[in-house]
Amino acid sequence: MKLALLGNYATQFLAKPLSKKLKSEYAEFQLYHAEFNTVDFELLDSDSLLMQFEPDIILWHESTLGLRDLFYQTNAVSRENFAENYIQKIGNYLASINSKLSNCRIIFPNHSLVFNDNVFGHFSSKVISSWKFQIDKINFLLNELSVKEENFYIIDSQPNKKIEVITDYSMVVNAELHFTPDYLNWLSEEIGQLIAVFRGLFKKCIVLDLDNTLWGGIIGDDGLESIQIGNLGIGKAFTRFQKWLKELKYRGVILAICSKNEESIAKSPFLNNPEMILKLDDFAVFVANWNSKADNINQIQQILNIGFDSMVFIDDNPAERDIVRKHLPLVCVPELPVDPSYYLPFLISQNLFEISSFTENDFERTKQYQEESRRIELSKSITNMDEYLISLEMNARICPFNELDLERIAQLTQRSNQFNLRTIRYSKIEIEKFLSNPNYLTVSVEVSDKFGNYGLIGVVIIEINGSNAVIDTWIMSCRVLKRTVEHATMNYVVQRLGELRVQSLLGEYIPTEKNKLVLNLLSDLGMSKRNTNNYFLDLKKYKKLTSFINEL
Amino acid sequence: MKVTIQDLLPIFRDVLENDDIELSESTVAADVPEWDSLNHIYLVVAIEKQFKIKFTTHQIQSWQCVGDVLKELNK
Repeated sequence: MKLALLGNYATQFLAKPLSKKLKSEYAEFQLYHAEFNTVDFELLDSDSLLMQFEPDIILWHESTLGLRDLFYQTNAVSRENFAENYIQKIGNYLASINSKLSNCRIIFPNHSLVFNDNVFGHFSSKVISSWKFQIDKINFLLNELSVKEENFYIIDSQPNKKIEVITDYSMVVNAELHFTPDYLNWLSEEIGQLIAVFRGLFKKCIVLDLDNTLWGGIIGDDGLESIQIGNLGIGKAFTRFQKWLKELKYRGVILAICSKNEESIAKSPFLNNPEMILKLDDFAVFVANWNSKADNINQIQQILNIGFDSMVFIDDNPAERDIVRKHLPLVCVPELPVDPSYYLPFLISQNLFEISSFTENDFERTKQYQEESRRIELSKSITNMDEYLISLEMNARICPFNELDLERIAQLTQRSNQFNLRTIRYSKIEIEKFLSNPNYLTVSVEVSDKFGNYGLIGVVIIEINGSNAVIDTWIMSCRVLKRTVEHATMNYVVQRLGELRVQSLLGEYIPTEKNKLVLNLLSDLGMSKRNTNNYFLDLKKYKKLTSFINEL
Repeated sequence: MKVTIQDLLPIFRDVLENDDIELSESTVAADVPEWDSLNHIYLVVAIEKQFKIKFTTHQIQSWQCVGDVLKELNK
């Protein structure tokens, strides 16, 4: 991973904690640190050292104090347009970056650490040419720019946790250090988290305890009427917490319950207490029994088929937290405050649910996992696998990439870790480029069955060089594992390649920590092994694979 | 209570990430390879935190050697 850092203050104080963090997380990390105040040159000159470095990520940090100096140098007439000119300049620099670096993301901390210079005091809201007015406008326009520019990511500079001093003016004067080391440590953490998300590591599921976590009191002892939720006791704290969890669920985070309770008692508040914000159908999995929580989280993980490192466990009981930490060290277990009023502000301050893409499809996720639970129920009653697959009545739409799906396709390349042959991450811009490139065969796969719609769950990218083709990417959602979707897709790929007069297909498996699932994918697809991870197929000799999927 | 070299030593060793550093009142930045301008700032911040004081811009700029820092701390 190559990161370039540049800015208009002594950025070595950001480079130090950031390198330390990223070096410990990514063995191949490299940093290019631009000289002080060389933004214009580095980003506009195609031969600059930064451009030659070919970074994957540019971290561009402009201090608001430095920007204010620039504002004061601007003549009175131009001040009304200061924000627009600044944004236009950034837009131009982004265009310059994009014209030279095809796969680069830009991280830009915004100017939300706004301070009114009090030249106009509160009256500045009425004075368009005032500093406060223009800097507020800049922050708004930066958001608009990031909506438009796919690879431009804003970080909110305003810390969501307490930092005693953000700017020490003595250090500004002595060392051009516009932020304290404490603040820059915080910023490094946030940037590190965003980079982890770029690389597919983010939280997908919250596993929740019930008693004294989702409501006050113990349902088994206190009973339905006496648990604290809504206006009873400190119920308001739990109500707000539930509302926030519901928002996360709408965003696509999966909610699950893991509680030591009798199942029917544990479920009763969701069914019979009207104050409960969360309802049973908000949860993808509901586990209430007397087994160890580590065992139960294991079970939830298997049902959802996601990595332990994408799970967060929330429980008020320190002993339970300890057990889970000890047995499942990859699960994130926040140390909850003792007072339930602080659960929510504390969890908000942890910013655990960072993402780098968002699609409408995310709203549907909980429903999809619930459908999955029902499929598991059905599969229990059927003993023959073929019979089960036929009973699912699966349909698939297998076709080239479609304009409307680009966001979802890019998201799949970024999120998928397990059913992912080569784990190459692509941005939406890069996916868009495949669309118009005749040297690539693109395939997207949508699947539905009688329980519901899986949506777009498969992405295949094949590079074509004359009569040879190479599998660049083969990704499927684990939710369609063992459903013969890969067979139907392979049949389609071979047919399309035949139409393009391609004669042979090469495939490579790139092993990662997480993709052992596809270790034998290529041989299952009828390709023959040439050496450890490389496979070959003479398309003339391909035998159509069995699949139980009706192609639409 | 009077601040001594022994109070400063652990801060220097921690910030400069070198446990072999020795200090005397006459030690200057040039004597310690890790004591560059970047680490100088980290030293100032660490000393301010440890002794819960705030140096003025003027004080930081007038430091020549470790003895000068001690003098400020013992004022």
